[in-house]
Amino acid sequence: MIVLVALASVAGLFVTALLAVLVGRDRPAITYLACISFCLVLLAIAGATLIAPTSAAETLTLPLGIPWIGMHFAIDSLSAIFLLVVNLTAAITSVFAIGYSRHEHANARVLPFYPVFLAGMNLVVLAADAFGFLLAWEFMSLTSWALVLAQHREAENMRAAYIYFVMASLGTLTLLLTFGLLAGVDGSYTFEGMRAHHLSAMSAGLVLVLALAGTGSKAGLVPLHVWLPLAHPAAPSHVSALMSGVMTKVAVYGFIRIVFDLLGIHAWWWGIPVMVVGGATAFLGILSAVFQTDTKRLLAYSTVENIGIIFISLGLAMSFAGEDHPLYAGVALTAALLHVFNHAMFKSLLFCGAGSLLVATGTRSMEKLGGLIHRMPVTAFTALIGSAAISALPPLNGFASEWLLFQTILLSPSFSAWSLKLLAPSIGALLALTAAIAAACFVRYFGTIFLGRPRSAEAEQAHEVDRYSLVAMGMFAALCVISGVVPGLAADFVRPVVDLLLPNGAMAPQAAVPWLSFVPVAPDRSSYNGILLLIFVLSSASLMAVLVRKVASHRLRRSAAWDCGFPDPRPETQYTASSFAQPLRRVFGPLLFGAKEHVVIPSPGDLNPATFAVTIHDRIWDVIYQPISGLVNNIADKLNRFQFLTVRRYLSLVFGTLVLLLLILAIVSRS
Amino acid sequence: MPSLFFDFAHLLAGSLVLLSFMLLYQSRMIGVINIFTAHAVVLATSIAWQAYIQNAPHLYFTAAMALVFKAIVIPIALVRIVERLHIHRTIDTAVGIGATMLLGMLLVALSIVVMLPVTAASDPLAREDMAFALSVVLLGLLMMVSRRNAVSQVIGFMSLENGLILAATGAKGMPLVVEISVAFSVLIAFIVIGIVIFRIRERFDSVDVPDLDRARGDQP
Repeated sequence: MIVLVALASVAGLFVTALLAVLVGRDRPAITYLACISFCLVLLAIAGATLIAPTSAAETLTLPLGIPWIGMHFAIDSLSAIFLLVVNLTAAITSVFAIGYSRHEHANARVLPFYPVFLAGMNLVVLAADAFGFLLAWEFMSLTSWALVLAQHREAENMRAAYIYFVMASLGTLTLLLTFGLLAGVDGSYTFEGMRAHHLSAMSAGLVLVLALAGTGSKAGLVPLHVWLPLAHPAAPSHVSALMSGVMTKVAVYGFIRIVFDLLGIHAWWWGIPVMVVGGATAFLGILSAVFQTDTKRLLAYSTVENIGIIFISLGLAMSFAGEDHPLYAGVALTAALLHVFNHAMFKSLLFCGAGSLLVATGTRSMEKLGGLIHRMPVTAFTALIGSAAISALPPLNGFASEWLLFQTILLSPSFSAWSLKLLAPSIGALLALTAAIAAACFVRYFGTIFLGRPRSAEAEQAHEVDRYSLVAMGMFAALCVISGVVPGLAADFVRPVVDLLLPNGAMAPQAAVPWLSFVPVAPDRSSYNGILLLIFVLSSASLMAVLVRKVASHRLRRSAAWDCGFPDPRPETQYTASSFAQPLRRVFGPLLFGAKEHVVIPSPGDLNPATFAVTIHDRIWDVIYQPISGLVNNIADKLNRFQFLTVRRYLSLVFGTLVLLLLILAIVSRS
Repeated sequence: MPSLFFDFAHLLAGSLVLLSFMLLYQSRMIGVINIFTAHAVVLATSIAWQAYIQNAPHLYFTAAMALVFKAIVIPIALVRIVERLHIHRTIDTAVGIGATMLLGMLLVALSIVVMLPVTAASDPLAREDMAFALSVVLLGLLMMVSRRNAVSQVIGFMSLENGLILAATGAKGMPLVVEISVAFSVLIAFIVIGIVIFRIRERFDSVDVPDLDRARGDQP
């Protein structure tokens, strides 16, 4: 019954898409309102499933798709938690979109695809057989591709969409192979059948690798992340928010579903590749983010980083589960799922903020913004919350999940394998470095955009955005604060999922802990109380404010600001986004990105201006993708000749191939 | 099974291969069509013989169809095409006759080498038939490849199809539907190709395939 209601809501989203084609062009708010209502229904279903988990997941078979086999749908607690993430984010983002779409020029190209995109993501989570999963996955990919192309007149967007298309096809291909292996030669394609099917060690390992590549290409794991920083910024901002905040999470869902549920964890070392890839993703993602000057591209790279963090947690959970420490594995899995939720919240918040900036100033370049805290105070405040949350500052939600992840890493001495004993702390150190760079990255983000003086006329004349956008950002910010202050309650929400995937792995219920503290393992080990911290932050800040007001002198002295001996008052003399990143670029740039600084200082008497330029190469693109695309082009050029043969030559080719195959058959059957 | 059954089936299949070879060295259009008629007659006899020894009356129908369409209708139509288009002249071969014959022999050897071990488990009648049928198919393809003229390519295609029918009737229990559909598809192919030949002729005063390439913009 509950599955049927969910599917009806998804069908409603499809109908909304159809109606959007017919009537919605001029009044986009109608489409978005319909999306919000359907998302709320799905949200209610997800919440109900999580709060009152039923023992057996209900499966519904619909006569769709392949004849006589049909399509299976089910909701268990794992689907429910991701339904919650998808629909909560989608509902709030749709509120934002009501305001944003007034300034969007390509509504006719966005509205029909947006509801189908939401429906696709919901269906991936609801599907209970390989066919339905892959079909929904493709729906999700293709509609998001169409949304990336909404502004198709810019050459950059065309390239982004092309690369996205190729990478999405690659991802689906590997997932197809994954499910093929999981089902076996005569296996059934329902998830039920795959769970019952036992794989040999060899093919199980292959499934792990393929699943990591297939879902990783959608989530943005290094080195399959190249499309993400191109495609996410190209879409309209509310779609970027969904692609970064939610679609990557649907990929994480795919990985958890395949590896934890369908495949089962066979060996302790399975966590190692996942952890290593996650670590590399987190580090390279945030390091690339620091150098960006395009707001949305910076956020997209930061998504890559956060996906890395989630995969590190999943890798730890796999290793702990493989070594038979279900409780510790449960903590790691809880950290991953909490971070899934938290990242969806603050990344959507930040993307909506970037969208507001785009509406207000018409630019995505950080070098043209500045001083916007005076002109857009609410946007600035919510962006501050988002930046603090993504930098993992307490008492916000980013801190809660990353703290939980570090707790898991601190449990690594209980590993029995030496490789894990050594690997986990090194990943932890890398993660600490990543977190520090992330903080620097978002200090730079917030500081350059909202503080200082405006760097362009557009920034100077910016106005606060409409109420819908502000309400949406406010809701995201509130959720960031709430789930940061009471992480224990959020952890209780994912408890049924851990229960489902790792028997005996769930943490103790946190609601029972006094004072709403968060105690992942044991009270004598570590605990965290967000409320206490919030009270401390608020009281110390207000105390300081009171002290400054009461104790400090009230006398004012107005004079020229100290100008560092540099009397030029123009905004260009401020610290810029690039100059802020320069120290980090000098340290990491030359090795990892081949960064080069080109300084031209004209000799005395030369009237040419001095110039300074930085070039950054994407090493991964150069080393992996460039040779592959070169090879493909080369082969395509060679094969092109076959398009212009005479009729008789084509016949001869067929004839020759047939004879060759027969010869091979003759030789093989002889020996 | 009396050995006479086997011997006669063998003889008919062998003569089909022989006739395929004869198709390869004909130098006149009418000669090619005549040999093709003989090919079809032998095929019809072979099918009828299979019908007799397999005790499968529906094969008589197939045999009658082969006789009517392949040995009477199609040859008459082809002769009329050749007469109307005045293309009695020597056939333009792409590969020399001697080389083609040698290649043909190698192909027959290949099909025997391939077929005999693969079908080791089945009964001897079907085995030999399959080997001969594959030879006929390969020789038909060889004819299509080695001729430049569209009419002889059509005949190559038809003789290839004869090989398929030989294989189909040699195996026991092949349903009639399959044979009828194969036969009709060939008939339709013949009609289509015949129309194409007339069209080519109308435009280019020639039915040599290289002229088609020139029409497409390629310089031969």
